[in-house]
Amino acid sequence: MTASDTHRAIDAVWRIESARLIAGLTRIVRDVGLAEDLAQDALLAALERWPDSGVPDNPGAWLMATAKHRAIDTFRRAERIERKHEELGHELESERERAVPDMDEAIDDDIGDDVLRLVFMSCHPVLPREARTALTLRLLGGLTTDEIARAFLVPEPTVAQRIVRAKRTLSERKIPFEVPRGAELGARLSSVLEVIYLVFNEGYSATAGDDLVRPALCEDALRLGRIVAELAPEEPEVHGLVALMEIQASRLRARTGPSGKAILLLDQDRGRWDQILIRRGLSALERAEKLRGANGPYALQAAIVACHARARTAAETDWPRIASLYDALAAVTPSPVVELNRAVAVAMAFGPAEGLKIIDALKSERSLKGYHLLPAARADLLEKLGRFDEARAEFERAASLTRNARERELLLDRAQAQKAGNHTHKKGK
Amino acid sequence: MRFMMLYKPGREDDVPPTAEHMAEMGAFIGKMAKAGVLLATDGLQSSAKGSRVRINKGKFTVTDGPFTETKELIAGFAIVQTKTKAEAIELAKDFLNLMGEGESEVRLMSDTPAFDASSVSHSGKSNQSPRAQTSARA
Repeated sequence: MTASDTHRAIDAVWRIESARLIAGLTRIVRDVGLAEDLAQDALLAALERWPDSGVPDNPGAWLMATAKHRAIDTFRRAERIERKHEELGHELESERERAVPDMDEAIDDDIGDDVLRLVFMSCHPVLPREARTALTLRLLGGLTTDEIARAFLVPEPTVAQRIVRAKRTLSERKIPFEVPRGAELGARLSSVLEVIYLVFNEGYSATAGDDLVRPALCEDALRLGRIVAELAPEEPEVHGLVALMEIQASRLRARTGPSGKAILLLDQDRGRWDQILIRRGLSALERAEKLRGANGPYALQAAIVACHARARTAAETDWPRIASLYDALAAVTPSPVVELNRAVAVAMAFGPAEGLKIIDALKSERSLKGYHLLPAARADLLEKLGRFDEARAEFERAASLTRNARERELLLDRAQAQKAGNHTHKKGK
Repeated sequence: MRFMMLYKPGREDDVPPTAEHMAEMGAFIGKMAKAGVLLATDGLQSSAKGSRVRINKGKFTVTDGPFTETKELIAGFAIVQTKTKAEAIELAKDFLNLMGEGESEVRLMSDTPAFDASSVSHSGKSNQSPRAQTSARA
């Protein structure tokens, strides 16, 4: 194996093992920053030794043992050395005694829980949202600071600062390393799901920049979501979120044309929809439905995208069902955005005039003032009703509100089409 | 990135796997699922139950198994989602450790776009691990 092969292998091992490593170390040292430092030290040790000795059979265990030795060294210099030394020495002893396959298993269970604890910690509501996202992608996604910065189009030092401050806050506020229980679990879980979905959305429909989609981010989010679903299999909303992401991601290949141009959902070539992801999404939705019913916001949104996924052609879409799912969603998480989407579904199911009624009621909604999808949706309905001049004005307004170049292009095209009489009577996103 | 991993044991026999082996396989599949990287997997039954269809100058030939070139026979596959090929290779090694023998062919699937501006910059061209370059503690 050449040196660069080994480095690539080490990179790969890091991606596979780092979250578990950091999680396990956090349980021992009770500080996420220190845990990451120790993990990084172990990685550096691997970079020094493995090119000569080769990648060990159980690289995760090697890294963990190395990191724990470093932890002992660290504590030797601190006050509480005796107590920690005992605890750690104990752990190292018992690990050495176990046979390799057993160690793998036993560590697996404990570490699984530790990863879950780490997820909850890095998504703690005491941290600002961007900090939660950056920290989660860093500790659990294995992304470098640079990768995170490029993903969110933010300077690297900014991300670095966010992460440093986040760790400091967790330490200063003595945020416990635990899975929340009882009443607290629901709210804390929401925070976790929110972070994951934020990452996904940034990849699915980038808010700024030249590309409409950034599939790598969707993959990161999906991976995190799947991990959490396996760690918390009794939570229907986690499966709901995973279902939502799998099915939305199934459309990534169809969302952009050859030149990167945006294509609306109803215009997409369904042959390009990824059936592996659709199958996984429907299966995840089923898991959610089997647990206390699928009444949460993510499960409902998943059920909506599932309707699209099941329709072999746009014409076969079950719009009345989608409209009623939006009714349910509006009851659970009322918001102007949900209302807007409901309007679109109602228009498809019961005619554009019905949808327009709902949209017009949102005109004075302050939170939607800068939201390009409101005038875009209104424009579409106006076009269907033959009110072309009004439609053009609204498409132009929508184009001026989006920061994404591809979406702007699409909207300006539709504005132009009103003049030329080239009306598209298709919808969706 | 998506990879299909094709497992070729290098031989074919009609001996069914032991319960212990099945358990180990199950645990491994579970581990990949828990890591969020497994998209699909299945075993392929004996080639005796399969057939080969070939076209040559517009004419079809259908040959029923079992097939004798056992080195190339595929016994199972997995589709994984990883950031790099190196990751998929590590997973293949884990799997092969379990099986004890054989070859896993790791093939990049055609899900496009494979690269975009924000994806990993590890083109594999640098001699130094990118992580060593950024041992940034932040």
